[in-house]
Amino acid sequence: MLLQAKHVTHYFGGLCAVSDFNLEVQKGELIGIIGPNGAGKTTVFNLITGVYKATQGSIQFEGQELVGRKPNEITTLGIARTFQNIRLFKELSVLNNVRIAAYSQTNYNPLEALLHAGRFNSAEQKDIDTAMDLLAVFQMDNFADEASKNLPYGLQRRLEIARAMATKPKLLLLDEPAAGINPNEIVQLMEFIQWIRRQFDLTIILIEHQMRLVMNICERIKVLDFGATIAEGFPIEIQHNPKVMEAYLGEGGEL
Amino acid sequence: MDYILQQSLNALQLGSIYALIALGYTMVYGILTMINFAHGDLFMVGAFFCFIVATFLKLSFIPTLLISMIGVALLGVAIERVAYRPLRQAPRVSAVITALGVGILLESVMLVIFPYPQSVPTLLPNITWTIGGVTISLLQVIIICLSIGLMLLLDFIVRRTMVGMAMRAISWDKVIVPLMGVPLNLIISVTFALGTSLGAAAGVMYSQAFPVIDPYMGVLIGWKAFISAVVGGIGNIRGAMIGGFILGAVEIMVVAFFPSTYRDFVAFTLLLVLLIFRPYGILGQPRPQKV
Repeated sequence: MLLQAKHVTHYFGGLCAVSDFNLEVQKGELIGIIGPNGAGKTTVFNLITGVYKATQGSIQFEGQELVGRKPNEITTLGIARTFQNIRLFKELSVLNNVRIAAYSQTNYNPLEALLHAGRFNSAEQKDIDTAMDLLAVFQMDNFADEASKNLPYGLQRRLEIARAMATKPKLLLLDEPAAGINPNEIVQLMEFIQWIRRQFDLTIILIEHQMRLVMNICERIKVLDFGATIAEGFPIEIQHNPKVMEAYLGEGGEL
Repeated sequence: MDYILQQSLNALQLGSIYALIALGYTMVYGILTMINFAHGDLFMVGAFFCFIVATFLKLSFIPTLLISMIGVALLGVAIERVAYRPLRQAPRVSAVITALGVGILLESVMLVIFPYPQSVPTLLPNITWTIGGVTISLLQVIIICLSIGLMLLLDFIVRRTMVGMAMRAISWDKVIVPLMGVPLNLIISVTFALGTSLGAAAGVMYSQAFPVIDPYMGVLIGWKAFISAVVGGIGNIRGAMIGGFILGAVEIMVVAFFPSTYRDFVAFTLLLVLLIFRPYGILGQPRPQKV
């Protein structure tokens, strides 16, 4: 078991954003979390990555408790994520966006950088090479020196994933990877997600609105509405679940 | 002509002091969006460290400078840990008020220990050179070169090292930086250590140039350095350096050509006018917020 969330509940003041959330993820799985706006999907990601501390419940990653840990510790354990609204370091170059995510992999401190210029230079060059290799895998190496804000939208999304991969994760959380992407590009995106999963031997949890994407690539799906889990199962089960149709389309709707 | 050159040299000297202190304001602002109003008083503590080390341990200039920088850096890190970190999620106004409080506390503690102005021993030989009609002292050369050296060093750290890159990233998005595996608190502590140690270096050099020090010496200098940082574009490191040198130059030139009582009046008027035309400072850039 890679990730296990048990009875996770989170309140914002009096508002229950996530209630009794349970999830078991095996290594190598690709799991989808869907639900209408405000259902608490992103909150689940924020709870897993330590941005919020769960009010109740436990989240374990490879047997280690995550609740109460700092976000940087959780990242170092091997969980990375992307964001619904792209959050790159806009002024930094594409290369530096990736390099900063390799922070925990670097083995020199600023004092060393000043005292042992030689070792620093070689270490720095090694970092740059590693980052460039990663960018090359994502076919972005020819944009390395471009400020990330100047990239077209699709490439910014890809860079966010490349940056997440620089932290060397075992589990990748994708928050609406298809947001803002036109329907024709969805197939490409699906292939891309499958490809990074194989390439990096990843386990993936993704949040999505695009039914087509979720139904096609996720092996299991969990449906949230108003913080509560209303359904879970294989895509085909979810498609025909009356509760899901109701949450999405109102009573009597069909997906 | 010689007079102008002479005054330019003085302007550089004063400007380097302002620039060094301004860096501390701008770095903390960049990373925490708060004004550390205790920073001017940390400059004062740096001067007193210099006084104590030079008077009682009788060390020479370099060790005195280093001890002073390390001592104030530790104090700066401790202040952040005790006073500012608990307020990290609080409204920024609360943090700024806390900083003012910490500043007054530092002044008051120093006033208890040193109720009277103290005279700092001279640590550098009094050597002067005369080139043409311009007189240069060893102290001036050291102040200017050391300040510029420290600024280049800081610029290197911020631009080239991983810690520096993390600092810049935090100034853009504090929430996601830890999600890159970067330890936020450590980087913030390093920022305070760097910023306050530069302030201490300024304090040591200032106390060599103007050797009578008192616990309130950091107030006006601190304000001026803060204004330098704003003029340069607060949050921008190169801006703080430029702002410091501009303010130094304006002040010295006013004194050179007008009665010295006009100094702050003319200097601040100029700065107000500059801010009307460049409200984000010289190198500052507006950061549009989505509504």
